[in-house]
Amino acid sequence: MNNMKVLLNGIIKENPTFVLLLGMCPTLGTTSSAMNGMSMGLATMAVLIFSNLIISLIKNLIPDKVRIPSFIVVIASLVTILQMLIKAYAPEVDASLGLFIPLIVVNCIILGRAEAFAAKNGVVSSIFDGIGMGIGFTIALTLLGAVRELLGTGKIFGATLFPEDYGALIFVLAPGAFIALGYLIAIINKIKTP
Amino acid sequence: MKKLESTWYNMALVLTGIAVVAGAALGYVNSITSPTIEALKVQQEKEAEQQVLNGQEGTAIKITDPKGFGGALTVMVGLAQDGTILGYKVLESSETPGLGAKAQDWFQQGQKGDIIGKQAGNLTVSKDGGEVDAITASTITSRAFLRCINEAYKNLSEKADGQSGASQQALPQRGSGEGASNNNI
Repeated sequence: MNNMKVLLNGIIKENPTFVLLLGMCPTLGTTSSAMNGMSMGLATMAVLIFSNLIISLIKNLIPDKVRIPSFIVVIASLVTILQMLIKAYAPEVDASLGLFIPLIVVNCIILGRAEAFAAKNGVVSSIFDGIGMGIGFTIALTLLGAVRELLGTGKIFGATLFPEDYGALIFVLAPGAFIALGYLIAIINKIKTP
Repeated sequence: MKKLESTWYNMALVLTGIAVVAGAALGYVNSITSPTIEALKVQQEKEAEQQVLNGQEGTAIKITDPKGFGGALTVMVGLAQDGTILGYKVLESSETPGLGAKAQDWFQQGQKGDIIGKQAGNLTVSKDGGEVDAITASTITSRAFLRCINEAYKNLSEKADGQSGASQQALPQRGSGEGASNNNI
């Protein structure tokens, strides 16, 4: 398959959040602001690229019946290594993002792409799939975070657009995550239907 | 290369192999990073001590409250000898980003829940009849945070009561020693 097509597939046609509806737990949980959403998206992208890379390399060594536990061990190890590296060499990133990183393990996009793509395709296109899905996920989370931050606190990326007192706090809380996500998906579906 | 068959022998071999490789990789990265992480932690605490005292005389005390909203909450509190709050810094927390995680800014000078300059020991959120405004939608975090502050004062007065030479300054202490009696809200 054409690598450019694989890349765009993750961003638009099979956007993990808006089309596949995968990884809803971190999506709803971490998008209380645009910055948080973007950080989670980028961290997930990093893990996704490496897990796709490793799994496409070892796919023929793994018997079918034990593929899921094997993938999980690979993904969990990658996430833990990433967390230790960030803690040691990028403490500022750890301060703002540290809490989200263990959440990446339970993100079904990662396991989903390992299973649906990396286990069946070559190394290069698996990396492109990881990048595409990662960008798609990052865009979706940033968008959702921006909407919630704006409606909830009147800010986007910390820049004030209207006074915080006029914001509806519910959008920063869990129910607002569901409401905002629902409307975003509806709008995107409307745009996509010819 | 052909895919390996799902025989018992292959499955056991592959799973063991993956676990061994993953374990080795984790151990290796951990052995490299853990000294750096520890050193960073010590350095951060030292900086926090300076920061919470704000250039004034007093004692910096580190307190952990196990019952924040998302887990333990560790706060470094700077107290003057009479229990006046000089400053604070949240060292470790698992509070909700965007809500409870605001604690680092919320209670600083000039912010909504300003506690700087207040007397530690008896602080409670306004919901519980106190004078501190809790973080919006994060009362549990706010309570845990104030428990840390009050606990710090309790430690300070116990130190002073015991006349222990360990306390940094042995000035006479003002106010009642039962200041921290409302700890279990």
